[in-house]
Amino acid sequence: MSAPSRRAFLKTSGLMVASVAAVSVTGVEAFLQRGATPAAGPYPDVDHLQLDSWIVIRPDNTATFFVGKTDLGQGTGTAFRQIMADELDIAFDKTTCVMGSTDVTVDQGGSGGSDALQTDGYPMRRVAAEARRVLLDMAAAQFGVPVTALTVSDGIVTTSDGARRVTYGELIGGKKFNVTLTGRNIDSTTGRAPLKSVQAMKNVGKSPQRDDIPAKVNGTQRWAVDMKVPGMLHARNVRPPLVGATLKSIDDTSVKDVPGLVKIVSRGNYVAVVCEREEQAIRAARQLRCEWTPPASRPFPASDDLFTYMRSTSPSSVGEPVVEGDVSAALAGAATVLEARYDVPFQGHTSFGPAHALADPSNGQLTIYSNDMKSYGMRTGVAQFLGIPKEKVRVVWMQGPQAYGRTAAEDAGFEAAFLAHELGRPVRMQWTRQEESGWDTKGPAYAVTMRGALDGRGQVIALDFDARAADFNHVGYNEADTVLIAQLMGQRKAQPARGRASYPSDKYGIPNRRMAGSVVPMPLAWETPVRMGNLRDPDGPQATFASESFIDELAVAAKADPVAFRLALIERSTADDSGFKRARSIACLKAAAEKFGWDPRPAPKARGTGEIAVGRGVAYAFRSQTVAAEIVEVEVNRRTGRIWVKRIVCAHDCGLVINPEALTRTLEGGLLHSVSRALYEEARFDGTKMLSVDWVSSPTLTHADVPERIDIIQVNGDPNPARPDLPHYGAGETVCKPMLAAVANAVFDATGVRMRRLPLTTTRVLESLRA
Amino acid sequence: MTLLVNGQRHTVDVEPTTPLLYVLRNDLDLSGPRFGCGLGQCGACTVIIRGEAVRSCVRPVSQSQNVEITTLEGLATNGQLHAVQQAWIDEQVPACGFCQNGQMLTAKVLLDKNPNPTDAQIREGMKGTLCRCFSYYRINAAVKRAAQRRA
Repeated sequence: MSAPSRRAFLKTSGLMVASVAAVSVTGVEAFLQRGATPAAGPYPDVDHLQLDSWIVIRPDNTATFFVGKTDLGQGTGTAFRQIMADELDIAFDKTTCVMGSTDVTVDQGGSGGSDALQTDGYPMRRVAAEARRVLLDMAAAQFGVPVTALTVSDGIVTTSDGARRVTYGELIGGKKFNVTLTGRNIDSTTGRAPLKSVQAMKNVGKSPQRDDIPAKVNGTQRWAVDMKVPGMLHARNVRPPLVGATLKSIDDTSVKDVPGLVKIVSRGNYVAVVCEREEQAIRAARQLRCEWTPPASRPFPASDDLFTYMRSTSPSSVGEPVVEGDVSAALAGAATVLEARYDVPFQGHTSFGPAHALADPSNGQLTIYSNDMKSYGMRTGVAQFLGIPKEKVRVVWMQGPQAYGRTAAEDAGFEAAFLAHELGRPVRMQWTRQEESGWDTKGPAYAVTMRGALDGRGQVIALDFDARAADFNHVGYNEADTVLIAQLMGQRKAQPARGRASYPSDKYGIPNRRMAGSVVPMPLAWETPVRMGNLRDPDGPQATFASESFIDELAVAAKADPVAFRLALIERSTADDSGFKRARSIACLKAAAEKFGWDPRPAPKARGTGEIAVGRGVAYAFRSQTVAAEIVEVEVNRRTGRIWVKRIVCAHDCGLVINPEALTRTLEGGLLHSVSRALYEEARFDGTKMLSVDWVSSPTLTHADVPERIDIIQVNGDPNPARPDLPHYGAGETVCKPMLAAVANAVFDATGVRMRRLPLTTTRVLESLRA
Repeated sequence: MTLLVNGQRHTVDVEPTTPLLYVLRNDLDLSGPRFGCGLGQCGACTVIIRGEAVRSCVRPVSQSQNVEITTLEGLATNGQLHAVQQAWIDEQVPACGFCQNGQMLTAKVLLDKNPNPTDAQIREGMKGTLCRCFSYYRINAAVKRAAQRRA
């Protein structure tokens, strides 16, 4: 099949360029802008050691930055423009940013770990600074003056006497830098130019509007889900009706009346139908009769029996505990000993838009249009899966729905690629709601046992955290042998992944402390919808729910105010780390309490008699270098069991903030996602299949639950906030940690009832109130 | 079959039971309405028909003839963004943005019926339109901002 010309391709792709002055563009537009990049392929790696791979300056004195990250709606693309415009000394509104398409941007791994600014922001700043240095050298040569005799602002270089001026565009517009960079890897990419002091960065700390928003609002955004290419087919999967079932036969005649049916594809237990039109594929998938042999044994316990199962099953792996002092001895000699168990169920990504991708093999190469946050991993994984050279594969990253971690977008990408490879035609894969809710990856369930001890003065002298995580066979990102299609085809790793259990992250000074974790297996390791994968702050919310609920229980036992109790625990240790997390923990807790108007008293509040019980709860944690302290006020309806998180205060310290408004919104979303996990979310199943398969069986937070008020306080608790190298740490996932406990602590404060099993559904609340 | 979408007449040749959503997306190349569940549960596919927010994923195309259908693409007039759209930009509402088609069109219908809604009325009126980036708090603010703008 001949390759479509670029013009034909763009015409049929329905590509539209938004009318706003500066927008982020996807890879499709990127190769238009760059011109030199061959659309026909092959698609070799972009050389990170060439300055031209990162920055293009045009004759009109505009610049485009090419970075290997993806922006899932947090505004990181806008923030990259801010820091790179500052280092380059060009006006922010004269810049654009191209992200995450494997043939035009260097491999910075896409998104993950909330590290876009903490890690990847530095090579971006350094290459922009290097471009500035090179441009100033060019201007100096042109004017015959030393660089020290030049000033630059908004991309215009001027001699100190103001007599002569030249723009970046005039110096290099349309031409290449041809400057080689150094660095052992992409993260350490650098030129010779030093970074600016953060105080000299003009755009940092300001909040230009996010550049991806106008197109998302005015209807011109073209998403991965909108990509169309000539001759494109539509595919739907047919999943086993019972988990672990084996495909026995397919009755082709069951779909012979479906118009537009192109092919039924099956390999192992993977089955898909491919049709000319989308509604035909939907019909064929519904109508196709397959005979399945039920599994010989149950793939998992029913979700209602999950925690009994987890506590009685032998672990498949036991992690290395972290131990300080002697917990057993301290517990034995303590005045007060507490023990409590906390249970967090499986929770899914449950993306708002079911997984999808388009794969196009029509130029003899393979292009995948995907919203997967790790486009580079998809490229490598798909090449490996299909057994074709990596250079033949490119992934064009485009906007898509909610992708906070290892989502099913990866699975759909591999499926589209496989089908397109099989059929030799472009194939668009679209998962159904039932597939997305049922078969996406899950955050693992946790069953935690906490023990703690107080001495006679109410001081915490021992704390023991012992977690069992159902994190067996945790799937990685874009692995050719763990994506769902590979599992269904019978491909297996030699060993299932051992998984892990996360430990709490706080700065409490407790003399005798142990943190231990083990992993318990589910009976079925492969071809299961209870597939563990990274979900926003993977495992942090589960571990922190247990630890921060239990600290509250200790505060209650000590008859202490829960904020003062935590501050005292942090202040008990005096050593701080290089990131000053201890000092910044104190600053965040104090800032949150002040904003909330916290009056010190022990919990629970004196009980009222009305239908509505009001309470407040606090919790805190850090993640990597970023600290979050959260306080919520809840109303508990004693008659209906409904919990309303009425107010949220979050004090957050991620070091230097690039775009405060974009950060605030990202944190608001993360906080409410965590409220949703606290109140509603649980992936439910009986012994044979998933029960949470749509928005009725798998409820989520809605508009009805919107808090009356959310306050985000951006704290900088660094002891020397004026230092020129003040770091920009990561933001996003940290706020997901404390919220589950903050809500449960507030419910206790309101009602005197301690709830230790999530989610806090109305049924569970009513049961707890009656008990 | 003839459809009247955003003031333009289109003739399409599809099975009458095809949900309107797929015709809008695949035949008319509109990207405003989106697939989220196919069950009428989430609101991603919302269009406006006869002043009501309608879920196009569960409405057969045969029942969508001879009525004016408005999609997100048709919300602006003469190149001027609708007050709801402008409020969405002013409040910087979307994160991923995938649900915002349904949020904006539902808000538009809500404000057409009730130009000055209270917080409680916004919560009630919007509660069937889901967002999994949880931009609800900003949507609430944007609906109020749009109401002020229209007043």
